[in-house]
Amino acid sequence: MKAKQTIPPRLARRFLHWFLREDLKEEVEGDLQEKFYIKLEGSSPTYAKLNYWYQVLQYLRPFAIRKSTYTPTHYAMYRSYFKIGWRNISSHKEYACINIGGLATGMMVALLIALWIYDELSFNKYHDNYERIVQVMYHATYEGERKTNNSQPPGMGTTLTSTYDRYFEYVVPATQTSEFVVATEDKKLTAAGRFMQADAPKMLGLRMQKGTQRALEDMRSVLISTNLAEKLFADANPIDQLITINANLEVKVSGVYEDLPANSAFYELEFIMPLDLFYSTNQWTGPDVWDNFFMRTYAQVRSGVTIREASEAVEDVMSAHIAPEDAAREKPEIFLHPMSQWHLHSQFENGAKVRSKAYMFVWFFGITGLFVLLLACINFMNLSTARSEKRAKEVGIRKSIGSVRHQLVSQFLSESLLIAIIACIVSVGMVWLTLPWFNELSGKDIQLQWLSPEIWGLLILFTVVTGLLAGSYPAFYLSSFQAVSVLKGSFRSGRLAALPRRMLVVFQFTISIALIIGTITVYQQIQFVKDRSLGYESEGLLTFPMNSPEYYRNYEQLRNELIRTNAVADVAKSSRPLTSALGWNEGFNWPGKAQDTSPAFNTIWVSSDYGNTVGWDIVEGRDFSHDFATDSAAIIVNETALKLMGLENPIGEVVSFDPSWAERKEYTIVGVTRDMVKESPYEATHPSVIFNDDNAASWLFVKIKPNFPAQEALPIIEEVFSELVPSAPFDYKFVDNEYNTKFRAEERIGKLASLFALLAIFISSLGLFGLASYVAEQRTKEIGIRKVLGASVSQLWQLLSKEFMVLVMSACIIAAPLAYFLLQGWLDNYEYRTNLSWWTFAAAGTGALLLTLLTVSFQTIKAALLNPANSLKSE
Amino acid sequence: MKETRLGDFEEVVLLLVGILGEQAYAFNIAEEFEAQTERSISIGAVHSTLSRLEDKGFLTSEMGASTAERGGRRKRIYTITAYGRRALELSRDLKVSLWKQYPAFAPDFLNFGGQI
Repeated sequence: MKAKQTIPPRLARRFLHWFLREDLKEEVEGDLQEKFYIKLEGSSPTYAKLNYWYQVLQYLRPFAIRKSTYTPTHYAMYRSYFKIGWRNISSHKEYACINIGGLATGMMVALLIALWIYDELSFNKYHDNYERIVQVMYHATYEGERKTNNSQPPGMGTTLTSTYDRYFEYVVPATQTSEFVVATEDKKLTAAGRFMQADAPKMLGLRMQKGTQRALEDMRSVLISTNLAEKLFADANPIDQLITINANLEVKVSGVYEDLPANSAFYELEFIMPLDLFYSTNQWTGPDVWDNFFMRTYAQVRSGVTIREASEAVEDVMSAHIAPEDAAREKPEIFLHPMSQWHLHSQFENGAKVRSKAYMFVWFFGITGLFVLLLACINFMNLSTARSEKRAKEVGIRKSIGSVRHQLVSQFLSESLLIAIIACIVSVGMVWLTLPWFNELSGKDIQLQWLSPEIWGLLILFTVVTGLLAGSYPAFYLSSFQAVSVLKGSFRSGRLAALPRRMLVVFQFTISIALIIGTITVYQQIQFVKDRSLGYESEGLLTFPMNSPEYYRNYEQLRNELIRTNAVADVAKSSRPLTSALGWNEGFNWPGKAQDTSPAFNTIWVSSDYGNTVGWDIVEGRDFSHDFATDSAAIIVNETALKLMGLENPIGEVVSFDPSWAERKEYTIVGVTRDMVKESPYEATHPSVIFNDDNAASWLFVKIKPNFPAQEALPIIEEVFSELVPSAPFDYKFVDNEYNTKFRAEERIGKLASLFALLAIFISSLGLFGLASYVAEQRTKEIGIRKVLGASVSQLWQLLSKEFMVLVMSACIIAAPLAYFLLQGWLDNYEYRTNLSWWTFAAAGTGALLLTLLTVSFQTIKAALLNPANSLKSE
Repeated sequence: MKETRLGDFEEVVLLLVGILGEQAYAFNIAEEFEAQTERSISIGAVHSTLSRLEDKGFLTSEMGASTAERGGRRKRIYTITAYGRRALELSRDLKVSLWKQYPAFAPDFLNFGGQI
């Protein structure tokens, strides 16, 4: 039996007929059909049909398309379209203002978000070798969990350079960025710097203002940023000037590089010193050390080698260099993390990349921007269709004197394009005005690049898409009117005509309400975490990095002098800052510990006065004390550590500590302290072990007396410091301020989200305002008659507002579960999180209803107050 | 005046028209192009070039016979004009001359090559 004959897709043929020049039809269709049957012999009907579509689309070329729309008369038509459009705009100013204002606001939001996203996506692109720069990282197993680390021992860099130079053009081991005191003869200040291997400037593609990229090859040299050069030397030539680092290292400026942009991972770097200098001045480490993980290793892969190849080649480097039993347990696996992924794709879980928070924010904002723009377009559509009755007569007359439908469509589209263009110009102005403020809010440094083709392309795309999208519905709806029925006067847009309008209003308010609920929740989460008990008293607590030898020499004197001033309650020092969980160690043993595990603890060494200074909370046992000579062998653990250890009666238990870098020693637990929040306030606290060592150093803490005003205490403290630690700047930080910086990212997101939510609700209300004014105007006569028959103003107001209230209430009902679902997902990202509360939803809903009432009432009361004598006069 | 230079793709299409003779119509030329170059191309792209070549005066065309597989539609058969042939020759001469000037490919290559 013969199968049913396959024919070319009908729709494709119709499409071809629609656009193809009349005189080409025969030959082209013939050719395409021939092709189609050839394809059909060799492959499946679906494929042949697809190919037919492809061939049809390929005929969308100037030579083959009907020329009719390109004739000069049509050009004149377009001019007249715009002219009529312009007259329409200027004769309905209120309506045009609402339209343009709403669209411009929507476009402004979309533009700002586009700039923000562009900035996020172009992170690190400043570096010339962007494509080939990698950071050496590794996954390793601790306590059955795969963790991802970026710190390596110095040996990593050395081995990669010597053994794997086939893969790497440069290997740049570097210390972490930290703050140093940088001093010239007459100035001293704190600046962020690091020691890096001499190829760093070449790898990073630093743009040298003075000196060359080879300047770090001399061990006593330093490269400084333009900004630091200005701060240190003002207008003088910085080259060959001597500067002192942390009062003990003298280096010579051998180059100045252009400041790195805010969207570079190395943004903070104000100066770079040679790594060789670091090794020569720090006897405790060297280039071949493999058991001290404190460095970062960067590299540039050779061209012709893929990052994946290089990554696979070095996979086992670490296992080969660390103790075999560690290697067997941890199974460290080196991988190269490409620079293009540092910013948005650097979150790992259990050895695998997961979608990072930063990446989610890009999506979140992108979608928000689109929605806000959509809201603005909806306003436009709603208002135009609402006014359709007014313009129905125009359409009728035009049709009856010979306008064809596509001319009317062009007319309406030109009008909406015109409005979009005006709105676009206004929005660019608004972006230009608000950008500095937006930068501050978002912590970015975005510039409007007037000359960049991307910006122009984006703007034109925005305008055209917005214009067409916003104009499409009215254009096709209005032009579909039947001339006869319109002119006869029997035309009335029925109940169905208002339905899409109502749906759009519901949609708008759903988005707006969801955004408001989201904003409130973000704030609640931040507030909830901020209220979390810290486990210490951060108020009036100052911290100083001990970045000068004088701190060590004069510590006792400094402490005594400070306490003698009467402004200071206590002074202490510790090996680690209070607001970070630096310093992890394994090698602990305690009674009852399972033999096959070796958990890591956050370890810090503190002087005896630490507890009193930071005001921690001892829940069991006692604090360290000068009174016990044996306290050098005492430890305090926090509650999380106690839980992990599983000790019933911790006080007096002996814990032995046996890290790879020190001798085995035994310690006695003398106290248990309440958990202190150090790292991320959004996460559970880490298990910590605190050692007592009066020689501990690095960070100094000063507690101002509770009743002493900080503003008065600071000058007193500064005086003592300038006397005893003259080489360091008085560079204090308040611990509570430091702690608050941990909320910055979330607070930024919160502020941006609330800004966008506010604008979204503004746009939606604007639309409602326009719609209400239209409805009121449309029902003027009805209102007049009702009034004559005795309706009161409040009855009329109810009548007119009811419809809108119902719409917004439906929006509330839709928005609530939507927001609940999305926000619960967001909150699940945090270990320490608040719960969604019903009143958030109630507040957002009530707010939206009140706002609606306010917006609508203005128009409805105005209509209800009209004198019926005037409104009914014409009838 | 119209642009009368011959582009690379135009040259190939023009040659294909010459090769196919009586059978030179858009579909067939596209097929032949794919067969000879092993690169895929749409009929529309070829047609667009043919029409441009016709505008430039390198080709003329007339409607030919119809066949069943075309649903009874006629095809447009293209033929090279004398002017088109001249353009092809000029293009060939220019390329041959360039090939000769490139030492690595010129026939007297060995004189420079250092082989004794």
